[in-house]
Amino acid sequence: MDISRRDIFKVGGKLLVLASVGATLEQITGAEPASDAYRMADHWWGMIVDIDKCIGCGNCVRACSQENKVPQGYFRTWVERYQVEEGKPPHVESPQGAIDGFPPLTRTDLKSFFVPKLCNHCVDSPCVQVCPVGATFVSPDGVVLVDQNYCLGCRYCVQACPYGCRYLHPETQTVDKCTLCYHRITKGLTTACCESCPTGARLLVDFKNPKDPVHEILRTHKVQVLKPYMATGAKVYYENLDGEVR
Amino acid sequence: MRRLLDDSAHLIRPAVVLLAAMAIFLAVRSAIIPKAFGQYGHYRPGALALVRSHPIAFGGQDTCVMCHDQQAAARAAGRHAHVACEACHGPLAQHADDPTAYVPKLPDVADLCRRCHEKDAAKPASFPQVATAEHSGGVPCKSCHQPHNPHL
Repeated sequence: MDISRRDIFKVGGKLLVLASVGATLEQITGAEPASDAYRMADHWWGMIVDIDKCIGCGNCVRACSQENKVPQGYFRTWVERYQVEEGKPPHVESPQGAIDGFPPLTRTDLKSFFVPKLCNHCVDSPCVQVCPVGATFVSPDGVVLVDQNYCLGCRYCVQACPYGCRYLHPETQTVDKCTLCYHRITKGLTTACCESCPTGARLLVDFKNPKDPVHEILRTHKVQVLKPYMATGAKVYYENLDGEVR
Repeated sequence: MRRLLDDSAHLIRPAVVLLAAMAIFLAVRSAIIPKAFGQYGHYRPGALALVRSHPIAFGGQDTCVMCHDQQAAARAAGRHAHVACEACHGPLAQHADDPTAYVPKLPDVADLCRRCHEKDAAKPASFPQVATAEHSGGVPCKSCHQPHNPHL
């Protein structure tokens, strides 16, 4: 096949068009965060969950679904009910993530309690480490987020999360997860789950705020994170956590 | 010299093509990757703005009490003082934005009260709970208890 000079110019022209499309793309995707009163460097977000206050009403699960338009059958937060009998593996249930609460439990001969779960917003997060394209990351204020424009939907992070907090959104085919209501907390509101919790079992905390109650709680209460042996640097602390909880 | 160039022409041509391809690759790459990429870490800073742009559904307790001070006062005096309005009434930021355009429906009390107060062995013992079937025999909670200040 002969390649004439004309052909080379044709190909070159097409490449030029492609490059300019790339440049326009950059203008879209390279948008800077809007400058306003919120300063990321002044915050370090986390949560404290008091298991002894949780009544398993499912308000948090409903509120999360409504606030974040979580697709049906998927959960960014959910509540588990543990029934622990001596010498037996614990029985754990979470019907539909407890979005409608739980059927009443009448057995009083065993230990039972509720455990609300959500993304632990780990500092050394395995999900962030495995992302091949830089689509998931820890924000400067300590929230693990997903870039919907960059996510390929490879699900590597879904497998990597030790807490099972991620899912593939059935419509966008990108990974979705708890954002700690980033769109709310950066505007001075609390998360939807904390807002709707009737007993105050969940508390959004800011470790960088010296007046935040978190410092007093961590100083005086017995707390634990989930799966501490994973060394993920989880920032969701649990009060009155039983050793059977996984 | 000239002979050397002539003899190695078959090497020079692919080398030029390779260099040109590399130049195009680098040009396209730098055009596609946002300039701010890597500002805070290995990600696109624009993603933060994207996540923040999500609309708010729950207006927040402070917003509700700006208008509904009567209900807020009743609630603050009772056992439900620490239960936010939207915990029962649902997400109402839309109503707060334009109170006339979006008028919320009252929650179904039969379902609402039971969700929290139905007797369950897994609930903390100090939390007020009743087996609704025995407690009221199907009479709606609202006929005895006021939701904003439920104490009899």
